[in-house]
Amino acid sequence: MSNILEVQNVSKNFGSFTALNKVSISVPKGSIYGLLGPNGAGKTTLIRIVNQITMPDSGQVFLDGTPLSGVHIKDIGYLPEERGLYKSMKVGEQALYLAQLKGLSHKEAKARLKYWFERLEIGDWWNKKIQELSKGMAQKIQFVVTVLHQPKLLIFDEPFSGFDPINANLIKDEILKLREDGATVIFSTHRMESVEELCDDIALIHKSNKILDGKLVDIKRQYKTNTYEVGILAQNKENLEQELSKKFQTSTASFKTLGDELKLNIKLTDVEKPNDLLGYLCNQGQVSHFVELIPSVNEIFIQTVKNH
Amino acid sequence: MNHLPLIIKREYLTKVKNKSFIVMTILSPILVIVLITVVAYLSQLNNDKQRTICILDETGLVQDVFKSEDNTTYNILENMSLVDAKELVRQTEAYGLLHLQGSDNLDSISAHIKFYSEESPSLTIIANLESKIDKKIENLKLQEKGVDIAMIEASKTNVNINQESFDGEKTSKIDSVVKLFFGSAAGYLLFMFIIIYGNMIMRSVIEEKTSRIIEVIISSVKPMQLMLGKIIGTSLAGITQFIIWLFIGGALLFTVSIVFGIDTSQAQSPNQQMIEGAMQNSNINMQIQDVYNSLHHLPMTNLIIAFLLFFIGGYLLYSSLYAAIGAAVDNETDTQQFLLPVLMPLILAVYIGFFTVIEDPHGTVSTVFSFIPLTSPVVMLMRIPFGVPLWQQVVSLLLLISTFIFTVWFAAKIYRVGILMYGKKPSYKELIKWIKY
Repeated sequence: MSNILEVQNVSKNFGSFTALNKVSISVPKGSIYGLLGPNGAGKTTLIRIVNQITMPDSGQVFLDGTPLSGVHIKDIGYLPEERGLYKSMKVGEQALYLAQLKGLSHKEAKARLKYWFERLEIGDWWNKKIQELSKGMAQKIQFVVTVLHQPKLLIFDEPFSGFDPINANLIKDEILKLREDGATVIFSTHRMESVEELCDDIALIHKSNKILDGKLVDIKRQYKTNTYEVGILAQNKENLEQELSKKFQTSTASFKTLGDELKLNIKLTDVEKPNDLLGYLCNQGQVSHFVELIPSVNEIFIQTVKNH
Repeated sequence: MNHLPLIIKREYLTKVKNKSFIVMTILSPILVIVLITVVAYLSQLNNDKQRTICILDETGLVQDVFKSEDNTTYNILENMSLVDAKELVRQTEAYGLLHLQGSDNLDSISAHIKFYSEESPSLTIIANLESKIDKKIENLKLQEKGVDIAMIEASKTNVNINQESFDGEKTSKIDSVVKLFFGSAAGYLLFMFIIIYGNMIMRSVIEEKTSRIIEVIISSVKPMQLMLGKIIGTSLAGITQFIIWLFIGGALLFTVSIVFGIDTSQAQSPNQQMIEGAMQNSNINMQIQDVYNSLHHLPMTNLIIAFLLFFIGGYLLYSSLYAAIGAAVDNETDTQQFLLPVLMPLILAVYIGFFTVIEDPHGTVSTVFSFIPLTSPVVMLMRIPFGVPLWQQVVSLLLLISTFIFTVWFAAKIYRVGILMYGKKPSYKELIKWIKY
């Protein structure tokens, strides 16, 4: 699979401050790519470089195999974190203006806007001024403007902030639909649950350096601890717990069950197989719960950042 | 992709469609005209006041010069003591009492003249009285020495020097006045234009920052394009406004002076008064002819071309600075510290224009300042009607253009970095750091 975006050894300094230090990422075509990192890590600088708002001091960026240049402006749709619209301009005029800046003709822009406004049921906002709309409403318009020119690459910086759950869901569905239609999405956010839900690939940037990247599944596999969450109904809970702690590395777990089970996290060594553990447990009592603990993005994030 | 026309169009339309812009465009000339009318009316009213001044001349030598005029009646008191005279003046509520103490010695008379009044008298009245008495006593002194006053009057002459350049072009005082008028108008127009529309550009940059749309925009266009589009669009809106002002103002002035019969030229600026001062002494018929002639003599082609070039150059130079200031700050209150160093040379230019160019259009100070780029547009525009050698104009213009290019580069740097900076107000040190980013 080819990569739509290749960032190679990009560095950027602001005076004596290093915002990015030889960062490389590869974004596969058709993926949803999560760009993660604590505040001030350098995500926004990287995104601005991809958008040609700032130029890198060194390193190269390729979009669809060619070095980034002015012709790529129309191929990228960008929804910045710090976003807004002209307050005293009418919604329709403004959307038309922004679409034309992205290279659409007036006629084409108008037709597409009509389609989107109907689809999101915001058609009657056309002649309103932005200052008459709520923040969420303005965000919707901003979203439409971002995707209108059907870019190959969409970059969303905290796309869900400011939306109520219903609209956030609506936007999420639209993002998924855009991906189905062939767009690639880069997604910068602090909301780990949306990363968990949407992203295929992630990169983690911390203190100007990329410290982790790859397929989310691979990363999770790499970070898994071979730990299983176990719930078992036994006659004598204390005896069983002692016995288990002799054989395995255990710790207490807490999860919701219906009965009075013994709840443990059991960590296996590399040679032990989960089937052996399950077989052993089946002989001890009624097993109601047996789940492999998969590290969440949140845990991976916190762990990696702390280790650096 | 070149989006400049699109940006210019948007900037222009949003400015022109803006409600406060429309209101200002229509209301300002009306306000100005109303103000002028009121001032003219009031000054007429002020002059209309009738005054009575009582004269108690104990010498009996001077009193015959006080002949009642339009607004002032002189009331000669005779055979009265000073105390009674004062009492009388107070009772009749006259403006004041002029008292000349009795003496045979003319020097002693002029040393003992007093004016008594309720309030402190107006300067013009005192000056008027003084000049009358001066002249009378002068004549008396001359007569004492046996000089015939009639002979002196007869020998008075009024010289009017006819001016001609070496090329044989005839000029006159009126000529200078007309030149001065053209120069000042051009310089002042540029000054006003920079202040009004420079501010507008600055505000529009700040608006894009505060509404946070800037990042969306510059992901599509280069900051330089956005900045130039803003400057050009706003300037076009400004020119539109100016033209509308000219039309409305002209029409209103015409109507007002016809309907109310008020001579609006009575509300004079000091400048106009000075021009008229220079016009005195010459004969009215000649004046009109002279104005026409001197208009004819003005280097019109040079004037118009130079006006356009210096106006555009100067305006763009300052407006790019305004744009940079807008980009550097978050809100209008923070602009003060940066505006001051921009406004200083501009104000300096106008003062130099009005004081030194009038004094001597080719003096050292005016010449030097017509080369310094930040002041040259205003000062040079004021000098040009007086005939500036072409090489000076070209050099000054080249200096202006190169400074303009440098300023736009500098402003674009600050603009590029500044528009994405939020939060704190930058210091000058930081601004210099931005240039290196």
